[in-house]
Amino acid sequence: MMSFAFLWTTFLRLMAALQVTLSVWALSVFVGAFIGAGVTWMRISGVKPIEWAARAYVFVFRGAPLLVQLFVVYYGLSSFPLVRGSVFWPFLRDAFNCATLSCALCTAAYQSEIFRGALSGVPPGQVEAARACGMSSFLLFRRVILPIALRQALPAYSTEVISMVKATALVSLVTLWDVMSVALKIRNDTLVTYTPLLVAGAIYFVLNYVIARIFLLIEYWLSPHLRARAT
Amino acid sequence: MNWLTALGFGEHSWGPALCEGAVMTLFVSGAGLAIGAALGSLVAWAKLSGARVAGAIGEGYAALFRGLPELLVVYFVYFGSSALLTATAHLLGVEGFVGVPAFAAGALAVGVISGSYQAEVFRGAFLAVAKGEIEAARAVGMGRWLMFRRIIAPQVLRYAIPGLGNLWQVALKDSSLISVTGLTELMRASQLASNATHKPFTYYVAGGALYLVLTAFSDRVFDFAEKRATRGMRREAT
Amino acid sequence: MASGNVLRAALACSLLVLAGAASAKDWKTVVIGMEGGYDPYNLTDPSGKIVGFEPDLANDVCARIKVECKIIAQDWDGMIPGLQAGKFDVIMDGMSITDERKQTIDFTVPYANVPAALASAKASPLAKLAGAGTLVNFEKDKATGDAALKALRDALKGKTIGVQVSTTHATFATNHLKDVATVKEYKTTDERDLDLKSGRIDAVLDDETEVMAMLAKDDAKDFTTFGPLLTGGDFGIGVGMGLRKSDADLTAKFDAAIKAAIADGSVKKYSLKWFKIDTTP
Repeated sequence: MMSFAFLWTTFLRLMAALQVTLSVWALSVFVGAFIGAGVTWMRISGVKPIEWAARAYVFVFRGAPLLVQLFVVYYGLSSFPLVRGSVFWPFLRDAFNCATLSCALCTAAYQSEIFRGALSGVPPGQVEAARACGMSSFLLFRRVILPIALRQALPAYSTEVISMVKATALVSLVTLWDVMSVALKIRNDTLVTYTPLLVAGAIYFVLNYVIARIFLLIEYWLSPHLRARAT
Repeated sequence: MNWLTALGFGEHSWGPALCEGAVMTLFVSGAGLAIGAALGSLVAWAKLSGARVAGAIGEGYAALFRGLPELLVVYFVYFGSSALLTATAHLLGVEGFVGVPAFAAGALAVGVISGSYQAEVFRGAFLAVAKGEIEAARAVGMGRWLMFRRIIAPQVLRYAIPGLGNLWQVALKDSSLISVTGLTELMRASQLASNATHKPFTYYVAGGALYLVLTAFSDRVFDFAEKRATRGMRREAT
Repeated sequence: MASGNVLRAALACSLLVLAGAASAKDWKTVVIGMEGGYDPYNLTDPSGKIVGFEPDLANDVCARIKVECKIIAQDWDGMIPGLQAGKFDVIMDGMSITDERKQTIDFTVPYANVPAALASAKASPLAKLAGAGTLVNFEKDKATGDAALKALRDALKGKTIGVQVSTTHATFATNHLKDVATVKEYKTTDERDLDLKSGRIDAVLDDETEVMAMLAKDDAKDFTTFGPLLTGGDFGIGVGMGLRKSDADLTAKFDAAIKAAIADGSVKKYSLKWFKIDTTP
């Protein structure tokens, strides 16, 4: 059933839902980056109990499906009268807040592993040389470790960011209607399967392509030493 | 029906169904990751080699399957290949619907998606290998295959393991899509149980706990792999 | 003339035979797709078998039209593609018959029609809404329907009502209640009931059987139904079996069988067993 009118109305409905997808995604990735950095810092701190706490965090939030995490944050927490009476309730009552919080916690676990992998990829020789020069820890981090680690994290980080765009499709569990969920809703109402999903697929594809390209640009910009020298 | 009966192994309990689902999840994810590793390393190699056509194809594949929603990919892999198979069967005189084996289709779908991500991990890991090592290998006169086997592959794997660990977790979750083919894996088993008993909390948490068990097991494997792969490596920064 | 008559008879017979051959596939086995996750229409028991109202009814009508029924489990995402690909021939999954859906697949006559009920907390002002115990049919009695709708809209002003997505209840709420109340759509009824209990929503609108089942549980003692039962209009004519448009002959066969099953009370029997009320349309 490929009438142009249906295609067009589907497209408009999905574009209207794009705002939900983008806001949950952007906010959760942003907040997740800070939480993830914190967890990475805990993980490499050298203090055993703190390291264990970080490992437990990554274990739970990477290991459990996001669907379960969304469920627990939105429905699970609200089932406790203690939570409902607490100061957090106005925040947790709202579906958007819960969804973003849950997605942020989830992506933070993945991001912290990416940061950790990137940090371990910094050539030790460079760190040694910097220390030999007398750089302070902070300067060492800012000038040597961070730029190198950031660049090495980019491929995996772009992966995670794009994963999160698609992961937002799960928020219909908590009554938020993002692009994928609206497409599935149209599918359920009309029983036309492929048109809404293809339109949604196209929207996601364009979005993800743009994001991937931006990351490639950043990577290119940050790695002049890997490009062929003009001779 | 308290939670013990709900999750136990008695006649009316959902324990066995959930465990079967967990096993299915494990196998689909494993098969998917393996397929993904094969595809991913091919694509990474294509992109790194500098050859324009291969690079473009690799780029296209990665862009396509990273960008599309996973549900769509499973639809196309399963129903698309089944349609092809049915058409072929009709030509040969067989009536009715001939479906591609559900497990194969599911694993292929997970693999194709995973491969597009693994390409980036392998590419990043390759770029992290110090150029000096490759130059030295060439200077010493190592052939390409020897260089790959002795220098590149071990070091790429060493840097790729954290990223691959992440992608294994992703594959474990992506495997829930295989329910489109009709097979019951862990997520679907939890949902069926939750719907039959009207106890969503019990079964979401139980399903989540089983995923954590799978994760704990795989974490051990990846930690071990990481330790072995990075022996002898100085890790000043961490 | 005798030979003329014989000729005519032969012609008639051959035409009949040709007509018969041209029309239908010889249906011996019919594959039926069900989710096994839509209590009480169909649900999965721990051993993996699909049980419920629809398996019982399916076996009954298949026996009536003398075909062998095979019921296979399929999750909802793969249901329609599976039907169109030929993986199964019929879908029975509590699918409401709507005009929108009829454009894509064919439906049999309805075999169940559950009226909609409203529920809220006992302490809520909604609980006092008039009309409890009555049935309002938007199709048959416009005047009562309009009055009931107006009363409902006034009561729900500024409140939040929860419905299950892609149901006739969602359609009704979106069409008639969206401008006065906030309508929250949920993927499953269990989740929506959780939100009712935690106070995120003030009322729910769902199948009467769902509402009664929810209220029968221990943790629902602070909740009650309110207002009249609703049916007709946006609530549609009920649920039916879904078939491919190209299988009109099979649809006709099932239509006849369902009508027969309704007429002799079998549908009522299954309905009482699984829904606890009579949902015959």
